[in-house]
Amino acid sequence: MNALRIKKGASRKSAYDLRSTYGDEIETHTLAVLVDNEAGVLARVIGLFSGRGYNIESLTVAETDHAGHLSRITVVTTGTPQVIEQIKAQLGRLVPVHEVHDLTVEGPSVERELALIKVNGVGEKRVEAMRTSEVFRANVVDSTLESFVFEITGAPEKIDAFVEMMRPLGLVEVARTGVAAIMRGS
Amino acid sequence: MTRQMSGAQIVVKALKDQGVDTVFGYPGGAVLPIYDEIFQQNDIRHVLVRHEQGATHAAEGYARSTGKPGVVLVTSGPGATNAVTGMTDALMDSIPMIVLTGQVPTFMIGNDAFQEADTVGITRPCTKHNWLVRDTNELAKTMHQAFHVATSGRPGPVLIDIPKDVQFANGTYVAPAKADKGHYNPRVKGDMDKITELAALMETAKKPVIYSGGGVINSGPAASMLLRELADATKFPVTSTLMGLGAYPASSDKWIGMLGMHGTYEANMTMHDCDLMICVGARFDDRITGRVDAFSPNSKKVHIDIDPSSINKVIHVDVPIIGDIGHVLEDLMKVWKSRGRKTEAEAITKWWGKINQWRAKDCLGFKQEGKIIKPQYALQRLEALTKDHDRYITTEVGQHQMWAAQFLGFNDPNRWMTSGGLGTMGYGFPASIGVQMAHPESLVINIAGEASWLMNMQEMGTAMQYRLPVKQFILNNERLGMVRQWQELLHGERYSSSWSESLPDFVKLAEAFGAKGIQVSDPDDLDDAILEMINHDGPVLFDCLVEKHENCFPMIPSGKAHNEMLLGNASTEGAIEAGGAVMV
Ligand SMILES: Cc1ncc(C[n+]2csc(CCOP(=O)(O)OP(=O)(O)O)c2C)c(N)n1
Ligand SMILES: [Mg+2]
Repeated sequence: MNALRIKKGASRKSAYDLRSTYGDEIETHTLAVLVDNEAGVLARVIGLFSGRGYNIESLTVAETDHAGHLSRITVVTTGTPQVIEQIKAQLGRLVPVHEVHDLTVEGPSVERELALIKVNGVGEKRVEAMRTSEVFRANVVDSTLESFVFEITGAPEKIDAFVEMMRPLGLVEVARTGVAAIMRGS
Repeated sequence: MTRQMSGAQIVVKALKDQGVDTVFGYPGGAVLPIYDEIFQQNDIRHVLVRHEQGATHAAEGYARSTGKPGVVLVTSGPGATNAVTGMTDALMDSIPMIVLTGQVPTFMIGNDAFQEADTVGITRPCTKHNWLVRDTNELAKTMHQAFHVATSGRPGPVLIDIPKDVQFANGTYVAPAKADKGHYNPRVKGDMDKITELAALMETAKKPVIYSGGGVINSGPAASMLLRELADATKFPVTSTLMGLGAYPASSDKWIGMLGMHGTYEANMTMHDCDLMICVGARFDDRITGRVDAFSPNSKKVHIDIDPSSINKVIHVDVPIIGDIGHVLEDLMKVWKSRGRKTEAEAITKWWGKINQWRAKDCLGFKQEGKIIKPQYALQRLEALTKDHDRYITTEVGQHQMWAAQFLGFNDPNRWMTSGGLGTMGYGFPASIGVQMAHPESLVINIAGEASWLMNMQEMGTAMQYRLPVKQFILNNERLGMVRQWQELLHGERYSSSWSESLPDFVKLAEAFGAKGIQVSDPDDLDDAILEMINHDGPVLFDCLVEKHENCFPMIPSGKAHNEMLLGNASTEGAIEAGGAVMV
């Protein structure tokens, strides 16, 4: 938005903080949003993203506190730092939202996704698919003479890599859950 | 005390317990049980409008002029969809409003039943929050929560959709004090460190300006008083957005006029050249900033706002202070006083010298010559003849609205009620009805354009029925004037669909409703006509025929900076470039 502004003494990683008040590069952030599990709450969150032109890379939701009727929405989004700040502030002012955490800046976090992947094939390709799945520690959850369904868990990039490996081996279908994420440590 | 009663009774009881005295609405099949309860009591007045959009704007007028939430009651389907514009208007301008809609019975929802609409779905983006109540036992709690949400934090419209079977069924009533309000509770106190930072900036600023907005008015009368105290104690100049007019008195010598697209030259130049900008309850809207990357390039910016999402949305600020304006200004004054009430008095006197040079340009100057009334002249005379009255002004949207903001002076908050964020033609007339309901003895004037006024003219019936002596001051240029002005500046004077053809005879139209109509076209008759309007005890349709091709200046063309204002017709050639032309 504006030119480089070197702030004196404000540095975390280098001698100077070269980032202007806000940078222009697109960043990916994982947000954890704690909401009342009431009718329409997901529509509210999604409507906010679509209405204001924000991106959703991945979104997962489930009730995590049954007694308190609270759901946790994990959303992976991209944007400039200014847009990311806006997204958090906009989420924060939705009435059913209790908390918004930016796991990407609040400290190291673990991100996991689960995928079910169907691969059809016979002969050498089938053997190769099986061998690769072992390398990726995917489980076979269904098999016929000419197909497998693999279950794989991991960071989204690992799943991407596995899917790419399966493509020439007879990949027919992929179902992914989207990212669940949590902070490391206590 | 908890009591069993029908859902419809719960609705009316909750309204009474929330202190509601007036409801604007229109009945239909899905709200009949509530209308039946309204019929059987006398504490709440129901105002039957002539179109549900009218109900929402009337409720806005009520809310904007009292600070209390406006209440709307409409039926399902078309009743609810007709209310959408007013809710969006209230959302954009942060106006507290409760909209109650009937819905088809719960067991028919989703079946495309007669007059079914997905009301909570349609209104989710145009309310602060909304609820569909499926259980009568939840109704009282939801009603109280709705008032809480609409009025706390940044105010806004909320909607409760109530299926007809829920209105008939019995449930338990809970009083407001006993009801669970949920976790929604925005903070009102500002961070003391940041407030201290602001106090320190005030001490060293040589070219300060206070840029205030509608948030000051929303915060309540105390905030307006504190704003005055701040400006008077520091001698800082004050400008305001369209929404904030009246929070600081126009009669004060520290007042430099409204800022923004049609603001004064002195206000915009002060904003551009200042070294400290204190934004109090405004949101750096595009009508205010002009070209963002050229906005006030050399200033430290402080932003006080109750809504964290307003901070750094458009303009990056140096000191953000999140909190209620009243609370923050109170703390600020305490801190600044305790530090010795210091300012750079000499530098500020010099700054005023500069500002007075800008003022000397007399950017609002115009010449009333000949036999055609200039719209500015009409407003100047209206101001002269009504300013000492207990007066409330609403407006429609267009050139007349901007001239009204420029030529009428407001010395108190809640006296100026205009559609700022959404810019809704058709808002002003029903809004004036809502204002007059709240202030029966006051002089309520709607400054209108002929085109806007026709958009909700059916409300003439409402004004007559409830004997509301609202004055409709129409600046009739037989043009969609603001559109025409943009076409002149931007589209080679090709006036595509921007004139008002087949206009009614407004005097006869008034008379058809049983109201008074006045037409004036000669500047010499203007004063008498205005006095006749004021003195008439009843609604008046005042048809003021004005110069058809007058443009509204000053103007910051879209895509331009504050210091690139157009001051008059001579300077408009090629004023808007391709980059600016895409903006509205
Ligand atoms: C509901 C709605 N439709 C369209 C517009 C776009 N618009 C803005 S001003 C204007 C012309 C208003 O004409 P009039 O009420 O006669 O006022 P004037 O500008 O002539 O004073 C129009 C069409 C709007 N603001 N609102
Ligand atoms: Mg007009």
